[in-house]
Amino acid sequence: MPMELSTFFQQLANAMSLGSLYALIAIGYTMVYGILRLINFAHGDVFMLGAYFAFYAITLLAMPWWIAFAVALGLTAVFGMGLERMAYRPLRDSPKISVMISAIGASFLIQNLGVVIFGGRPKSFPSIPLFDTVVRFGPVSVLSVSLFIPVVTLVSLIVLLYIVNQTKTGLAMRAVSTDLDAARLMAIDVNRTVSITFGIGSFLAALGGIMWTMKYPQLNPLMGVMPGLKCFIAAVIGGIGNIQGAVLGGFILGALEILIVAFLPELTGYRDAFAFVLLIVVLLVKPAGLLGKAQAVKV
Amino acid sequence: MKRVLFVSIMLLAAAATVFAAGGQEATKGDIIKFGVFEPLTGANAAGGAEELDGIRLAQDLYPTVTVGGKEYKIELVVADNKSDKVEAANAGQRLVDGDKVTLVLGSWGSSLSMAAGPIFEAAKIPAIGLSCTNPLVTLGNDFYFRVCFLDPFQGTVMANYAVKDVKAKNAVIIREVTNDYSVGLAKFFADAFKSLTGNSGSILAELNYQTGDQDFSAQLTRVKSLNPDVIFAPGNYTESALIIKQARELGITAPFLGGDTWEIAEFVNVGRQAVEGAVMSAFFDNDAPLTPLSKVFVAEYQKKYGKLPSGTAVLGFDGYLLAIDAIKRANSTDPIKIRDAIAVTKGFAGAAGVVNLDQNGDPIKSAVIKEVKNGKFVYKTTVAP
Repeated sequence: MPMELSTFFQQLANAMSLGSLYALIAIGYTMVYGILRLINFAHGDVFMLGAYFAFYAITLLAMPWWIAFAVALGLTAVFGMGLERMAYRPLRDSPKISVMISAIGASFLIQNLGVVIFGGRPKSFPSIPLFDTVVRFGPVSVLSVSLFIPVVTLVSLIVLLYIVNQTKTGLAMRAVSTDLDAARLMAIDVNRTVSITFGIGSFLAALGGIMWTMKYPQLNPLMGVMPGLKCFIAAVIGGIGNIQGAVLGGFILGALEILIVAFLPELTGYRDAFAFVLLIVVLLVKPAGLLGKAQAVKV
Repeated sequence: MKRVLFVSIMLLAAAATVFAAGGQEATKGDIIKFGVFEPLTGANAAGGAEELDGIRLAQDLYPTVTVGGKEYKIELVVADNKSDKVEAANAGQRLVDGDKVTLVLGSWGSSLSMAAGPIFEAAKIPAIGLSCTNPLVTLGNDFYFRVCFLDPFQGTVMANYAVKDVKAKNAVIIREVTNDYSVGLAKFFADAFKSLTGNSGSILAELNYQTGDQDFSAQLTRVKSLNPDVIFAPGNYTESALIIKQARELGITAPFLGGDTWEIAEFVNVGRQAVEGAVMSAFFDNDAPLTPLSKVFVAEYQKKYGKLPSGTAVLGFDGYLLAIDAIKRANSTDPIKIRDAIAVTKGFAGAAGVVNLDQNGDPIKSAVIKEVKNGKFVYKTTVAP
């Protein structure tokens, strides 16, 4: 299919905008894994909660959007800490598989509570002019929120790398990640460190949820399922546990999804299947992901 | 402590079971159960909720039916098919085996109806589809009927509108490839459009997306480069509203046409400014009453729910009334006799027009065309078959 230059640039913009969104959500996913070796399957549902909190703060409590976002981010972070306290901490000394199953259970619980509390009918996210304006660069047009998302992703990446690598809390996180028991012996408050990790992870999920719902202004209690899975794939592509890798994986997945629809329209129906095939290929060919380090696991 | 708690919970559960069973015993015999088979969660939840509203209103007005001199109370057993084809089969099975319903009403979404159709047929339980428009719902299934028009008609109506009113010479179709309703309606539109324009190449492209997709930028960028006169995009209101919003963001100005699934508040709430001017076929308009019952329905609906009804809610209302009507005519509570009575329905005057069922169990009804103006669905015209 011959493609005009303007169409090519528009597709490039589409790919960047979807990719940066995936990247943003994948960061939180990968960070929790990197530190706790726990695949938090409820990440997508925490993402959904963040979007709903922002929605209710704006519509019910009539807050200006920036306060609403701050409240939603804070509430979601607290929720994430609570989730860890209730569903994961009691299982910390159990086999890893128990925690993973608990995470799947938490995911279903949050989804179904969402259906009961928020209702199954989709809600429409209010329009915020700053983010909901069309910006045109010649023949290429994007929604203004799509320009903010890469910036938010990049800032999150930098701040997160700074926290993990430069601060005392980050040092504690890395210590816990290396050896939980030894970290405790070194007088590191493991519970506090894990709590903070979940708080930050959930904060990032909420940030992703809010950005997502401004771009696709429709909320429903199951909205986190697909983005959650996609971002898990993105994290695995980049090397799960590796924060820069998650960003790379997000961009790769977003770009490939747009490319497959743009160049192979007959295969559009297999767009999601394609993402999962990619996951399998990565696991077969380069299990540690693009930027991950292969490590021996003691069994 | 834990053991005490456990024992008391078990006792409570046991007591609850006994009481529940006792309650059933007391009323058994003078109840007829209607299964309501609808998506109440997931992508189609709003559609299911609308039909359920219509059914509940009908139950309020007509809570009983008299068979052989004995009055039976109608009980609604609501099963959520979760907007999912696999769950739909499960929910259908549960209505048939667990709840032992006498008949079934629903579902919004032809795919969901088609998933459970064989189950109702095998159990010999009659089902009345409300707004499921795909021909295959009733075709070859002696137990599935419906109270709405079909997609071959709806597709032709919209193709006519595109050619005669929009004066379109070419069109692009965007269809939800995992949805039987959307694929079917797209095909009927394409056939009619090609024959009306006399040009077999007048459909420039048929682009696909999947149920649940949120990003359509890649497909729409292609649409933009094709620059069609009109875009036909039948599908769920959820995805459709996002498609139109993203199309406008990309600078596509061609008018969007769709089917009956668009006429729902969520379509306008999500699409907002972008869906202004979108045109769709619909079942019913409050300002164009078809029978004396139409006015009763609109008035009672507003009284109960405090808002104007949609064209989908009225079909829930009609489906319930047709069921009552058939039970009276059969003068029996036997599902097979009720089925036979539904099959010979002639001249049933529902709120959304007169229903005469043909040998497939389908009525022939007119369609209305509506346009979104200032966030409302505004009546344009009625198209008779």
